[in-house]
Amino acid sequence: MYMITRLTATAGLALLGTTALAQTDITVAIQLEPPNLDPTSGAAQAIDSVLYSNVFEGLTRFMADGSVVPGLAQSWEISGDGLTYTFTLRPGVTFHDGTVMDAADVKFSLDRARAEDSTNAQKGLFADIAEVTVIDPQTVKVRLAQQNGAFLFNMAWGDAVIVAPESIETIATNPIGTGAFAFADWVQGDRLELTRNDAYWGTPPALEAATFRFIADPTAAFAAVMAEDVDVFVGYPAPENLPQFEADPRFQVLVGNTEGETILSTNNKMPPFDNPLVREALAHAIDRQAIIDGAMFGYGTPIGTHFAPHNPDYVDLLDTSPHDPDRARALLAEAGFAEGFTTTLKLPPPSYARRGGEIIAAQLREVGIQTEITNVEWAQWIEEVFTNKDFGLTIVSHTEPMDIGIYANPDYYFQYDNPDFQALMDRLNATTDPAARSDLMAQAQTIIAQDYVNGFLFQLAVPTVANAKINGLWTDQPTAAVDLTGVSWSE
Amino acid sequence: MKLGFSIGAALSLTFVTLAALSFVWTPSDIETLDIANKLQTPSADHLLGTDHFGRDILSMIMMGARTSIAVAVVAVGIGMAVGIPLGLWAAARSGSLLDEVIMRGNDLVFAFPSLVIAILITAVFGPSAVNAIIAIGIFNIPVFARLARGAALPLWERDFILAARVCGKSSARISAEHILPNIMNLMIVQGTIQFSLGILAEAALSYIGLGAQPPTASWGRMLADAQTLTAIAPHTALIPGGTIVLMVLGLNLLGDGLRDRLDPRIRVDRT
Repeated sequence: MYMITRLTATAGLALLGTTALAQTDITVAIQLEPPNLDPTSGAAQAIDSVLYSNVFEGLTRFMADGSVVPGLAQSWEISGDGLTYTFTLRPGVTFHDGTVMDAADVKFSLDRARAEDSTNAQKGLFADIAEVTVIDPQTVKVRLAQQNGAFLFNMAWGDAVIVAPESIETIATNPIGTGAFAFADWVQGDRLELTRNDAYWGTPPALEAATFRFIADPTAAFAAVMAEDVDVFVGYPAPENLPQFEADPRFQVLVGNTEGETILSTNNKMPPFDNPLVREALAHAIDRQAIIDGAMFGYGTPIGTHFAPHNPDYVDLLDTSPHDPDRARALLAEAGFAEGFTTTLKLPPPSYARRGGEIIAAQLREVGIQTEITNVEWAQWIEEVFTNKDFGLTIVSHTEPMDIGIYANPDYYFQYDNPDFQALMDRLNATTDPAARSDLMAQAQTIIAQDYVNGFLFQLAVPTVANAKINGLWTDQPTAAVDLTGVSWSE
Repeated sequence: MKLGFSIGAALSLTFVTLAALSFVWTPSDIETLDIANKLQTPSADHLLGTDHFGRDILSMIMMGARTSIAVAVVAVGIGMAVGIPLGLWAAARSGSLLDEVIMRGNDLVFAFPSLVIAILITAVFGPSAVNAIIAIGIFNIPVFARLARGAALPLWERDFILAARVCGKSSARISAEHILPNIMNLMIVQGTIQFSLGILAEAALSYIGLGAQPPTASWGRMLADAQTLTAIAPHTALIPGGTIVLMVLGLNLLGDGLRDRLDPRIRVDRT
């Protein structure tokens, strides 16, 4: 018996020695667990983080650098008036359940997303579509009601992925897409597993299996990475630990851009913030660099408006709101609040909000504004702040790409209502000429900066901590995604 | 034992002095952040270093002592003010339905894990120092009620109480004038113990974010804030942690020492 065991052990060792192949599975941690698995109806970013590009694909897609390239549509033609897009679909694409992806699925997906009763979280992406017509199984024609220069960009969003009518009923728990990975299992509260789709139309991924885990607590995140329980942590929650990982040869640290404009959201309808002078005072009371250094340990880029600094159309408007407490006090006095006032500051869990909130509270106190800080969980934040608009100030990062359009919606939670801005957004949506669009976007950025709608703080950086042997991870986050299709282990 | 009492008294007095001093003076202002000087190790400028916002940790400890002591004092006060009269009342009517109702009610409160209920109270009514005080205070009530009843019962058999009854004093008056002074020493000893438990409970509630809210300083929150910083700036966690240990140790030693001096049962044993 003993002999046999030893022989087996030796054989096992020999086998290990000869097969030093690269690892083909990966464990990825992200902070939040998706509430469901349907990117075409859920608003939660975590859904896209897990499924975008891995399981679901759209007509077009984002690359790691934010560029939009062909996805399930291999090419398209735009009519001279800019109103008709004729997409030619890739041949031989099948869903994970074996059904064929064709023009009918595209029509189904787009019609479902733009329907009256659609629960799509970004219905605005589809608002200009007038009609979707199937020409033949490989060709689909989309007619727009008005020109939309961002249409191909819109089709790359996680909310615009192509789904099949056959599997739509159970999509929230069993997502069936066309991507390089198929959904395998979801143990709620613990992990979500993907396996390689061997029938994938594109370059087969190097990984055979991927497990997603959800760790929001910074201390637990540190322990999980240190113990190598997870191979990759995308959106690592405690920036103060990054220097330690950088110094450790086992790990690599990637600090990338996100589309996350982190702002001191201000309830524009609630007195005294309905007074532009008060909002201007707020903007001058804030010291952005202190917040970035104190809350994010230096990771983040100051912004002067609601636009990503790495976007070519970004306008540097930091000059409109430099840190100037004296001016803030003078403005408050002019607005009739020489003695200051008291307001609420509701802080969701991420450290940019909790720590940033304490710093902002101290900065506001310096100019005479007292804040009552309340720490809230995300569910509470969605209910009290986002839905019921019961707040004075809050801190949140808006991570959707190119989301300046939210300022044109007077019912959005910060309740900014400016007809000029709304008209400008309409013009922007109707413009396809790139130079004209740039100009309009610059105007839009300037208007909200000069109206001091919110306290514009900084562009959130996304730190990814990964095993040093992993290649092909996205550094930047042009959209919420952990794209594993190009990820591999070296050795 | 005597040494323990001295150490306990010295430690407790130190923290009370620090808390009292913070009303008039702290080494630096903790409401102004100095991000540029964050996470400094102890130096001449900052005797205990600075935290992640560049605040002086010594000043934070002093202000935090104020919060801890205030919460614990009021919580023990609630426990004594409600618990002792309840206990005396139950003892005066020993064996009656009233006694049963009071004592079983106390058992009911006692049966709940106190910290869990404290979390429930602060979760329902919102996190604040006041709600933390109420939550901790409620759980001090049965402790004092039981102790007061237990200590009062044998006194009711004594001759001097009998004399008072013969004089026609009401049981309420007897409880207040004769029983209470005779059990006060026990209450003080228990008060010291409950006080240290109150400090711990306040730190625990603040640690999970349900105690005093920023910018009010609190030892528990200092620990929570330092949680992810232990690797790069261990002093930010060690100092508030050590402070809580010293304060609780001091109060326990003081309580033990006081018991030796005040508890009549122990005094009898010794002579």
